[in-house]
Formats: sequence, structure tokens, C-alpha cells
Amino acid sequence: MSTQASAGRRRSAVRWFAPVLLGLVALVLWQGFVVATGIKPYLLPSPTAIVDQLRQVVPLVWSAALATGLNVLVGLLVGGTAAVLAAILAARSGMVDSLMSPTAAALSVMPIVALAPALNTMFGTTSTTPRRLVVSVVVFAPIFVNTLRGLRQVQPVHRDLLRAYAATPRQISRTVTIPGALPYFFTGLRIASSTGVIAAVVAEYFGGLQNGLGSRITSAASNSAYARAWAFVLGAILLGLVFYLATLALERAAARRTGG
Amino acid sequence: MTDLATSTSAPVGTPAAPQRARSGRGRRVAVGLLAVVLLAVLWELVKLVVPDTGGHVLGASVLPRTDDVAMPHVWTIGQRMLEPETSAVGSPTVLSAMLQACWFTFRVALAGWVLGSVGGFLVALLMQRWTVAESALLPWVVLSQTVPLIALAPLVVGWGGRIHIGSFEWQRWMSVALIASYLAFFPVAVGALRGLQSPPAAQVELFRALAAGWSRTLLGLRLPASVPYLLPALRLGAATAVVGAIVAEVSTGTKGGIGRMIISYAQSASGDPAKPWGAIVGAAVLGLVAAGLVSLLGLGLGRYRHAEVS
Amino acid sequence: MSTDAGTTTHSMAAPGAAAAVVARGIGKTFSSRSGEVTALDGIDLTVAAGEFVSLIGPSGCGKSTLLRLIGDLDQPSTGELRVFGKSAQAAREAQDYGIAFQQAGLLPWRDVAGNVELPLELHGVGKKERAARAAELLTLVGLEEFAGHFPHQLSGGMQQRVAIARALAERPSLLLMDEPFGALDEMTRERMQTELVRICAESGAAVVFVTHSIPEAVFLSERVVVMSPRPGRITAVVPVRIAGERTEGLREDSSFFAAVTAVREALHGSGAIPTGTARGVDLR
Repeated sequence: MSTQASAGRRRSAVRWFAPVLLGLVALVLWQGFVVATGIKPYLLPSPTAIVDQLRQVVPLVWSAALATGLNVLVGLLVGGTAAVLAAILAARSGMVDSLMSPTAAALSVMPIVALAPALNTMFGTTSTTPRRLVVSVVVFAPIFVNTLRGLRQVQPVHRDLLRAYAATPRQISRTVTIPGALPYFFTGLRIASSTGVIAAVVAEYFGGLQNGLGSRITSAASNSAYARAWAFVLGAILLGLVFYLATLALERAAARRTGG
Repeated sequence: MTDLATSTSAPVGTPAAPQRARSGRGRRVAVGLLAVVLLAVLWELVKLVVPDTGGHVLGASVLPRTDDVAMPHVWTIGQRMLEPETSAVGSPTVLSAMLQACWFTFRVALAGWVLGSVGGFLVALLMQRWTVAESALLPWVVLSQTVPLIALAPLVVGWGGRIHIGSFEWQRWMSVALIASYLAFFPVAVGALRGLQSPPAAQVELFRALAAGWSRTLLGLRLPASVPYLLPALRLGAATAVVGAIVAEVSTGTKGGIGRMIISYAQSASGDPAKPWGAIVGAAVLGLVAAGLVSLLGLGLGRYRHAEVS
Repeated sequence: MSTDAGTTTHSMAAPGAAAAVVARGIGKTFSSRSGEVTALDGIDLTVAAGEFVSLIGPSGCGKSTLLRLIGDLDQPSTGELRVFGKSAQAAREAQDYGIAFQQAGLLPWRDVAGNVELPLELHGVGKKERAARAAELLTLVGLEEFAGHFPHQLSGGMQQRVAIARALAERPSLLLMDEPFGALDEMTRERMQTELVRICAESGAAVVFVTHSIPEAVFLSERVVVMSPRPGRITAVVPVRIAGERTEGLREDSSFFAAVTAVREALHGSGAIPTGTARGVDLR
């Protein structure tokens, strides 16, 4: 019993220790490589140089991350709402489904960010709307697909049971369909939040407003301020992490509630 | 809340499966065409209903400008694609220039996809073989998939023309392919690992009982079992490789590809509004074609794919 | 063919004395890719109020289909079905029966008490009353300590007991049970059977019980309805005459073995099917 417990502890220690160690080793190697070879910063700046820069530009990174983060948030809200409504319609009507499902599948493999320059023309280059629209379209597919899957996964035994109880359609939604679909929705939301952050950053590469992380990265890179560009990249990575962890927490909470 | 009672009308049973699959494919094409037509109708409807100056709510523009510069008519876009790209003598049509650019991007994305998929698969093998490797690598792989690593694209650009190793010179398109490859890498690594680990304990124990070694178990069990996971991962990898290639072209300024073409056409949008839409259509089709080609890979693997997992 | 005991169609006219279930000439066909499949044909059956009747037969004999018709989860293609003198649909809408399936079918996001309360909640019973009734039912099935647990924290047998408590929540005068113990191990199963006998005696409900275990059918029922497949028909009705109470001791009683033998012979000996096809019957 006790050996088993200690084996379990050792395993979980490895699980935590191994990736941290690997990360540290990679950082040290990176630093050592840059120092030893004297490689030019336009190829690869050292981690210390990046952190140094980050410390200097923290307020800028913060405001840029806020701007990009807001775009992601608005895009998630708009695209997510549309996706959930579409999934509800598709679950109810076979016709909507046979139109929406292939469209979502197609959307998910198209480079949506390519729309950014045209949207800039349509909404104006000083508007944040094009980026938010790009994020909305990008997050639509994963949320739609997962929510629809959730709405569909009602077990036959639950369906029979609620029919036996002569439950009204509204009651069926409230007691079975919606609670069952929630974890799927949150899974879709988690996937969408990652692709949403990526889309929001990348959409800025296509011109338009110069207030977000993506624009800062490109302008720093074109000014040969490579360590600073890396600092903004770090900011983008942290933003991605924030969204990922927030949605992961939501997903876990939903799964725990449903005993998953 | 709306009621979802009728949400249970999932298709029941699949009589005459092969026949249905064929008619299903025909239907999907029809639905695709219908979706395109609906999109065009919607486009024209927005043009008709929304005022030319667009719509603003609290200072944020929520409705697009709908004049012919911002939103050219669908038929204008179609027409423009068949006209010459520039006024220069012998200039190709926008369509053929676009196809050429797509072909360029396609090849770069393909190089990146192959590189990323092979790398992703090897890393998955490594993680399947040694638990320590999985503990050390998997969190990083998952994390990399969730953070915008593509933000690095403008930085990898700097490598173009600046790295010389012997007679080898780092080309710009290689930066693009490299970015495409690391976008393809992560989904394939994760999908392949899930697939390789998918056989249930009973099957793994059967192979152990038959005294099959790691490589025999890999070839006889894990590899076939990984197909339903691997194919969607490769498809996703192809789509992200195309996105990566386009984004990389934009941020590297690599000429010749569809990404650069979208930017340069967009810059002339005020004088030639229909032109950029031609390039955007090209990019969309490129994504579909790339994913579709990977799906073709699955045609010969029918019996391994009974339960595809996305 | 059919050996329907007693009650005639006249009883349908008098709702006060209505039998729990009256089926006359029930047939059910499903259409599938290979054409029409007759699941049930010419079913005549009456279940008296308070009576425990088991439906037994090999896989595909339509016993579950018959149960689903009684519960108005499917509709018969032909024939007439009365539940307490009403149509099956009216009986379902009036909540005249409780139902339990082979899978417990608990909602994973509700705790045990919440699952038992589900039918009461759907039918507008007040919060306080619901809680009291759930506590009472959980005591009845011996799970009063698990009210706050979630289904995935319970064993299969405990989940099934929750499902039975849920089926009893509205004090139905008819219980429909579709192999409710089918997924349980033998020991749990026997304990559950004993409990079910006790619970039914207390509630006085009629039960239609689908099973493919001969000893289970015999132990529980007053009559065992034996069915044969393709098309699903009733081939025999075996009355089980047991003197005294049905307790654990019954399992070793000679009258129990005699009834088991009678049912087994009815299953195997029915002329409609060759002897081999009865292999689907569980002879535990």
C-alpha cells in the first residue's frame, strides 16, 4: 500500500518535474548557444536580452495585450453566440444542419485571416471591427461543431425516460439537453479561444490599426529591434495562456458538475 | 430558453451504406454550391439594404461600407478575375495570376506540411515509447498549440539571405515553409500520440502475450489503430500549414505567393476594388484543396477508419 | 396459442375496476432496409391491478417492444391497448406508470436525490414535498446515506436502486421494468429481486417485468408470459403458484424448481420455434 502510494507520488513528481526540467535545460542551452556562438540578435536574441527588453517595455506590452485581448473577447462573444444559435437551429432542423455543418467544416480549413485586408477596406482601417470579425468567423466553427455534438448526444434511455414522464419540450431542454451539451460547448470554447488569440494577433499583420501585439511585433521587427519583438511575442504567448487557462477552468468546472 | 426537444432527430441507421456515401458526396457538393450562392445573395442583399457609408454604433463601425469600392458586386468580382492583372501588354488575367500564386503557396505549404507531419509523428513515437519523454514533452506540445507561436513569423523572416552554411543559403521561402511546418507539427504530434495510445489494454496485452516486441506491436496494432486519429490531425495540419504559409508570406514579404498577392492587391483596392477579392477567393480555395487532398489519403484506408475522431 | 387468464374486454368499460394493462391483437412492424420486420403479432394480454407479470423469451422476441408499447414509447401498428382503461398515451400523460430500464439512465449532473426528484419536479411538485418524498424513497431502497452523491460515485447496483426509487416516486399503480437487473452480477441481482418483491408488496403496484432469466421471472412473478421470436408471439403463460411469502428461502424450495422447469419447458417446447433458437434464454 505504502509502496504503491510512494510510486504514485514519484510518478506525479516526474510528471511535474520532467517538463520543468526540460524547459530550464532548453533555456540554458539557448542562452549558452547565443553567448558561445555570438549569434546576431536578428537570428536569435538570448533569453536574458528578451527579458531585459520585456522589463523596459512592460507598459507597452500590457496596453497592446489589452487591445488584442479585447478583440479576442469581443470576437469570442459574437462568434460564440452565433455558433450556439446556429447549433440549436441545426439540432432542430435537418435542413439547417445539412447547410451549416459542411459550411463550418469548410470554414475551419480556410485561411480566414486572409479576409483581414478586405475587411479593412469595408470597415475602415482605423476600426477594430475587421479584427473582431476575423476572430468571430474563426471561432465559429469549433464552437458550432462541439455544441451541436453536445446537443446530439442525448442518450436514448434519457429520451425514453423524459417521454415516459410526459415532459414538455421546454422541460426536456432544461433537464437533459442543455446540461448534457454544456461540457461540449466549453470544450469548443477552449479550442476556439486558442485559435481566436492566434487569429487576432495574425490579423494585425495584414495592416490596419497599430495598437495590438501583432502590429507591435511587426513594427519592432522592421526596426531591427529584435529583442523587443521577442518581448512582444512573449506577451502574445502570455495572452494565449491566459485565454487557454480561463477557458480550461470553465471546461473543468462544467465537466465536474456533470460527473465527467 | 428555446426548447431543444427535437434535437434528438439524429439520423438512425445507415441502410445501403456505399450508395448513400456516393449520394452523400454528391449532396455535399450541391450543399457547397448552395452555400456559395447563399453567400453571394447575402452579399448583394447587404449591399442593397445597408447605406453606402456603413453603420456605426457608439463610434464603432458595425456595418460595412457598401459602396462599390468597399463591396464590389459579385459579378464585378467574377468579371475582374477574367480580365488582365495590369494594363501592361501581355499581362495574365487575375485568375491565372491567382492560380499561379496559389500553386507557389501550395508547394511551400506542402513542404512545410511534410516536414511538420514527419517531425510530429516522430515526436509522437518518441513519447509513446518512453513515458519520461511524454511527461517532459507533451505539456510543451499542448501549450505550444494553445499560444500564438505564429507571432514568431516576422522574426524568422530575418533569416532570409542571412544564413550561409557552406554553399547552402537560407532562402526566404524556406522561412515560410518552416513557419508552415511548425504549425502543422503540433496537431500531428498530439493526434498521432493519441492514436498510438488508443488501443485498449486488452489488445496491448494480447500482443504481449504473443511475445510481440515494441516494433511488432507498433506495426501490427498501434499504427493501424492510430489511423482514425492521424487522418483528422493531418487534415488539420494541412489547413494550418496553409494559414501558416499565407501569414508567413505576408510578414516576410515573400513574393510570388497568394498571401503577398492579397496584400498588394488590397493596396490598390481604392482604384481596383474587385481585384483583392479574387485573391481572397484563391486563398479560401487553397485551404479547401489542401484539406481535401489529405482526405483523399484516407480513401485507401477505409477499413482502419470506422470511428474517426476529430 | 394465447392463454390469457380471466379478465375480458368488458373490464375496459369500467374504469374503476380497470385492469392495469389490456392488450388485444397487438401487432408491431418496423420497416428496415430489408423490408418490413414483424416484431409483434397478435398479442393478447391482460395484467390485473397489483399483479406481477414477467415477459420472458429469447432475444428478438419483442418483449421489450411490448413494454415500450405499453409505456407509449412506441405505437402499435395494429390492435388495441388499454392502460387502466385509458389509451396508452393518456395513461402516459396522466403518469399512471413508473418505468425503469436496463441502464439506470441517471442524469450524471444531478445528485442521487435530484435524480429521484426528477419526475416530481417535472410535474410541479413543491420543493419541500419533493425532498421529503426523495428521502422516503431512498430509505426504501436503502440508499438514504447517498442522497448527496453523484451517479458516477455509485456502483451499478446502487445506480439501479436509484432508478427504481425514481420509478416509484409518483406512487404509480403500474411499474414497467425492462431488464432492470440485466447488467448486475448474480449476487446483487438476487438481493435486488428480494428488495423488489418487498417494495412491490408495500406499494401494491402492478408490474410488467421484462427479463431473459428464468429464475428471476419465476422468483418475482405471479404469471410468466413466454414469448417466441420472428414474429414475436406469446406462446404460453405459466402461472407461478407459490405458497407463502417470496423470500430468499424460496430459491431453494421445490415449488420454485418446479415452476422454473415449467417455464423452461414452455420456452423450449413451444412448437413455433425449433429447439435450438431458445439458446438465447439465460438459464441462470
